[in-house]
Amino acid sequence: MGTPANDIDRLVKREYKEGFVTDIDSETLPPGLDESVVRFISEKKSEPEFMLEWRLKAYRHWLTLTEPQWAHVHYEPIDYQAISYFSAPKDKDGLNSLDEVDPKLLETYEKLGIPLEEQKVLAGVAVDAVFDSVSVKTTFREKLAEVGVIFCSISDALHEYPDLVKRYLGSVVPAGDNFYAALNSAVFSDGSFVYIPKDVRCPMELSTYFRINAMNTGQFERTLIVADEGSYVSYLEGCTAPMRDENQLHAAVVELIAMEGAQIKYSTVQNWYPGDEHGRGGIYNFVTKRGACRGRNSKISWTQVETGSAITWKYPSVLLEGDDSVGEFYSVALTNNWQQADTGTKMVHIGRNTTSTIISKGISAGHGQNAYRGLVKVLNKADKARNYSQCDSLLLGDRCGAHTFPYMEVKNPTAQVEHEATTSKISDDQLFYCRQRGLSEEDAVSMIVNGFCKEVFKELPMEFAVEAQKLLEISLEGAVG
Amino acid sequence: MLSINNLHATVAGNPILKGIDLEVGAGEVHAIMGPNGSGKSTLANVLAGRDGYDVTEGQVIYRDKNLLEFSVEERACEGIFVAFQYPVEIPGVSNLYLLKTALNSVRKHRGLNELTAVEFLKLIKEKIKLVEMKEEFLHRSVNEGFSGGEKKRNEILQLAVLEPALAILDETDSGLDIDALKVVANGVNSLRDAQRAIIVITHYQRLLDYIVPDKVHVLANGRVVKSGDRTLAFELEKHGYAWVAQDPNDAVAPSPGS
Repeated sequence: MGTPANDIDRLVKREYKEGFVTDIDSETLPPGLDESVVRFISEKKSEPEFMLEWRLKAYRHWLTLTEPQWAHVHYEPIDYQAISYFSAPKDKDGLNSLDEVDPKLLETYEKLGIPLEEQKVLAGVAVDAVFDSVSVKTTFREKLAEVGVIFCSISDALHEYPDLVKRYLGSVVPAGDNFYAALNSAVFSDGSFVYIPKDVRCPMELSTYFRINAMNTGQFERTLIVADEGSYVSYLEGCTAPMRDENQLHAAVVELIAMEGAQIKYSTVQNWYPGDEHGRGGIYNFVTKRGACRGRNSKISWTQVETGSAITWKYPSVLLEGDDSVGEFYSVALTNNWQQADTGTKMVHIGRNTTSTIISKGISAGHGQNAYRGLVKVLNKADKARNYSQCDSLLLGDRCGAHTFPYMEVKNPTAQVEHEATTSKISDDQLFYCRQRGLSEEDAVSMIVNGFCKEVFKELPMEFAVEAQKLLEISLEGAVG
Repeated sequence: MLSINNLHATVAGNPILKGIDLEVGAGEVHAIMGPNGSGKSTLANVLAGRDGYDVTEGQVIYRDKNLLEFSVEERACEGIFVAFQYPVEIPGVSNLYLLKTALNSVRKHRGLNELTAVEFLKLIKEKIKLVEMKEEFLHRSVNEGFSGGEKKRNEILQLAVLEPALAILDETDSGLDIDALKVVANGVNSLRDAQRAIIVITHYQRLLDYIVPDKVHVLANGRVVKSGDRTLAFELEKHGYAWVAQDPNDAVAPSPGS
């Protein structure tokens, strides 16, 4: 009988099933970044003039910034001149139907469980498939257009709805917000755009599947979701990448805007390649996600399940501007082997009677380091603002770490802010108890971890909840029914 | 069904069991009594195969197999069940889910088809009546926030669902008031049958008023020092454990070398 630590070691060994490479002809820029690269990307996409100006401004600002150092993560300095900033499968331009998409691309998504033929897709889920720097295909566009919902790649949106994009892009995450957001603003290549018109309840789940394929390429996608008054949308995001020994950078920006009475539910299952068991390779996931509850009674809810990436730096936040608006953040972050995560949220209470809820579940295994970092800020006009935060950490084994950095800035005396935190280990007693009832060790660990994450999983849309459970299962090499 | 010969076991290097001999046949109920530290709970843990309980000598034959070769979950699937003295809490995992997963693991091991959610629900609604628990207990997290009595009932519910061949009740009576004790005892009695053996570990004869044993064994200092029928429990109640230890004529397992 092995020691419990060894058992857990064995249990958390995982296989990354999405680690294959698609052999496809790509047009890839040589590594390096200067103004000509920014111009190239903008020209490649035949963008309107304002976009190029916007990008260049962001680029020039980026040059003045330095990388944030405050996160509880450690890595060798990134050489931004060694990264290629654009890579796209060849002959993509001017596709009219799925028949014209390279079969290898279709095969790739099929293999990932994301079929792009509409009849094969899970009923009720529309998909925008992004491969390296470009959107390959957006399904159900026409069907959604019937109710006025716009769902397309951001490149297409810049051509077809330039005014909408111009009005909202950068309105929540300004181009110069932080180092990675500025970089993204300068070189973002694709991503999804969603507009839900007034009083429309989006009839399907919208989703984007991000895939990194090319070597030494950064992925910089940009997502913009606008929910007009009284509308509702649920949006899902998934991501994978091949297994490689080099680290790859993924620096995305997501902006959400909810008008009066609108609701946006944004769910992520992040499964970027996490690196191998020695900490070689893996994605650096440095992402800025922020939503603005612009109108009264609006609501933005972030749910994230973060199991991949070598390093995660990510704080999906909500600016609660409208009175009575609601912000939520539900998170499960798993770090195994040498993965590091510094993730959490910012809830900024600006309007009156604003409410926020934060539920964070961190799971650390192997040598994984997992930090929750959260800010609850109540401005002086936010009468009767309320926040409840709960941060729970679960440790598997004795070489991993869990850290909690909660910050609170409260400038209104009528505010109520609560914070609870716990750290626990899967105990040998729990494992023994389950095994004595006939469960294998793997099943027991999976069951206990899933129980730990239950409050977050129940916030995920059904299809995703199942996927998230499966992902944890793979990560812990066990089975969950 | 169960044959224990000269079983020695250590915990963290300290010898706790020092030569246990015990025969339990199918259909029998055996009570194991003894003072604190006599090795009762250790025996239960050794039979369950818990890490940290090391067998240094002797053997345990269970249904013609060498039990000590099997892992914890294999023993469970082969029909050994321990009702624990201190059942653990598992936050976020519902009782129902644990029970269904456990039952299906056991069924799979025995070559039976796994029960669907609907079939399982039907079964559990019958079983829960045995321990007089409300159905809401099924949806609560395993043992979380349960009172001592509720935890023990929950153990018996699991016993009833898993229908083991050999059930070991480790001080199931501790911390129970008389009403809860009766409920638990009724649950156990309803599971008595010719195919099943039950070992009841207890300090007190009180439980044995309700679960009447076929045989009573007294454990002291890691050995069975006296065995008899249920009247032995009454004697113990009257005279205390010191009485057994002090009577050399009744000691059945003289320690070699002393």
